Amino acid sequence: MGEPQVTHAAVIFVAAIITNNILLSDFLGLCSFVAVSKTMRTSFGLGMAVVFVMSCTTPLNYAIYHGVLAANAPLLAADLTHLKLVVFIMVIAGFVQFLEMLIERFSPVLYHNLGIFLPLITVNCAILGASLFMLERGYPFAQTVAYGVGSGLGWALAICLLAGIRQRLQHADIPAPLRGLGITMIVTGLIAIAFLGFSGLARIQ
Amino acid sequence: MRGAFGPGESTLTPLKRGIGAGNPIVYQSLGVCSALAVSNQLDKALVMSASLMFVATLSCTFISLLRHWTPRRVRMITQMLVIATLVILVDLYLRSHWITMRDALGPYVELIITNCLIMGRCEAYASREGPLKSALDGLGSAAGYGLILCAVALVREPMGNGTLLGHAIFPEGFMPARMVAMAPGAFLTMGLVVWVVRGLWPKVEAETVPITR
Repeated sequence: MGEPQVTHAAVIFVAAIITNNILLSDFLGLCSFVAVSKTMRTSFGLGMAVVFVMSCTTPLNYAIYHGVLAANAPLLAADLTHLKLVVFIMVIAGFVQFLEMLIERFSPVLYHNLGIFLPLITVNCAILGASLFMLERGYPFAQTVAYGVGSGLGWALAICLLAGIRQRLQHADIPAPLRGLGITMIVTGLIAIAFLGFSGLARIQ
Repeated sequence: MRGAFGPGESTLTPLKRGIGAGNPIVYQSLGVCSALAVSNQLDKALVMSASLMFVATLSCTFISLLRHWTPRRVRMITQMLVIATLVILVDLYLRSHWITMRDALGPYVELIITNCLIMGRCEAYASREGPLKSALDGLGSAAGYGLILCAVALVREPMGNGTLLGHAIFPEGFMPARMVAMAPGAFLTMGLVVWVVRGLWPKVEAETVPITR
C-alpha cells in the first residue's frame, strides 16, 4: 500500500457518494439491493436505515480498532488485529439490535416503518465493507466519518435509482430468463456507466 | 435433476444441486457481491472460489454437527462465529503464503464472512441435515458459485485486459475494452451470463428451494 495519502474529508465524502460509490464500483450490498429494490418506498426505507447504521458503525469500528485492537493501541498493548473481523461483525450486529430496541421504545411509528429492514442490515456486506475499506485505505478519523456517511448516502442513492427504474420495468416485456437477477444486473450496469461520467470530479485511491 | 428434496434424498444430491438446479448465484441471487468484485481476472476468481469452497464446506459441517446443541435464538451468532473463524484462517494463510494475491483480492477475502451464500446454506440446510450431506451441500453450492465466477472472469479478463491468467492471448494491435474490466462491465457480464444460463436451463427454476432468512 505504501504511505497512505491523506485526502481531504470533503473530497472523500463526494467520492464515496458519486465516483467511488460502494455499490456501483465496489459491488457491496448487492444481495439486499436486488431483493428489496422492487418499490421506491421500501428502497427509501432501507436506504435511510443503511445511511444511519453505516454513519454510526464505521466511526465506532474505527475507534475500537485504533483504541483496542491495533498493535500499539492505548487501551490494550497486545496486537489483536486478526480478531478485527469478529469484533466488527459483533459491533454491527450489537448496534443494530440496540438500535432496534431503542426505536421500538421511543418511536413506534418509525419502528413500524423501519423495523423490518433493521435485521436485514446486519447481513448487508456494505456495512462491514465500509469498515474494512476504511482500514485498508488508512483513513484518519475525520475521513472515516466522511466515508461512512458518504457511502451510506451513495448506497441509498443507488438503490432508489434502481427502484425507480424497476417500477417501470414491471410493465415491460422482458424475456423470461432475463427477469429478476439478469435484468437487474444489466440495469445496474447501465447506471454504473452513467456514474462513470462523473469520474474526475473526485477521486480516492 | 428432479431429485427429491429434504431428508429422503440421496447423499450426492445436495452436491449436484448446488452446481446445477440450485446454483446459488443464478437461481437464488446469493453471493453476487464478491462474484462481481473479483471476476476481472481469472486467477483471482479461482483463488476466491477455492477459498469459498473451503469455508462453505467446513462451516456447513460444523453447523451441522452443532445443530442439536444450538439454541434457536443464538444460531445466527453461532453461524457468524464459525464462519468468521474459518475466514480468518483463509485470510491469514493468504497473507503468509501469497501476499500478492491477498493484496489483489483486498478486503473481499474478509468479506466472505458476509457472503450470503454461506449463511444461506447453513440456515437452510446445514441446521437440519447430517454433517456429510451438509458438507456436500456447502461444497456443491460453492462449486456452483465458482463455475459462474469463472465464466464471468473468462469473459472479462480477455475482453477487458487482453490476457488470460496474465498471459497476452490476442495478437498485436488488439485494443482491450477497458470498460469490461471496470465496474459496469461486471454488472453487464453477470447479467448476460445469468440470462444465458437461465435461458439454457429454464425449467429448474421452479424447483429451487426457497431461502428464508
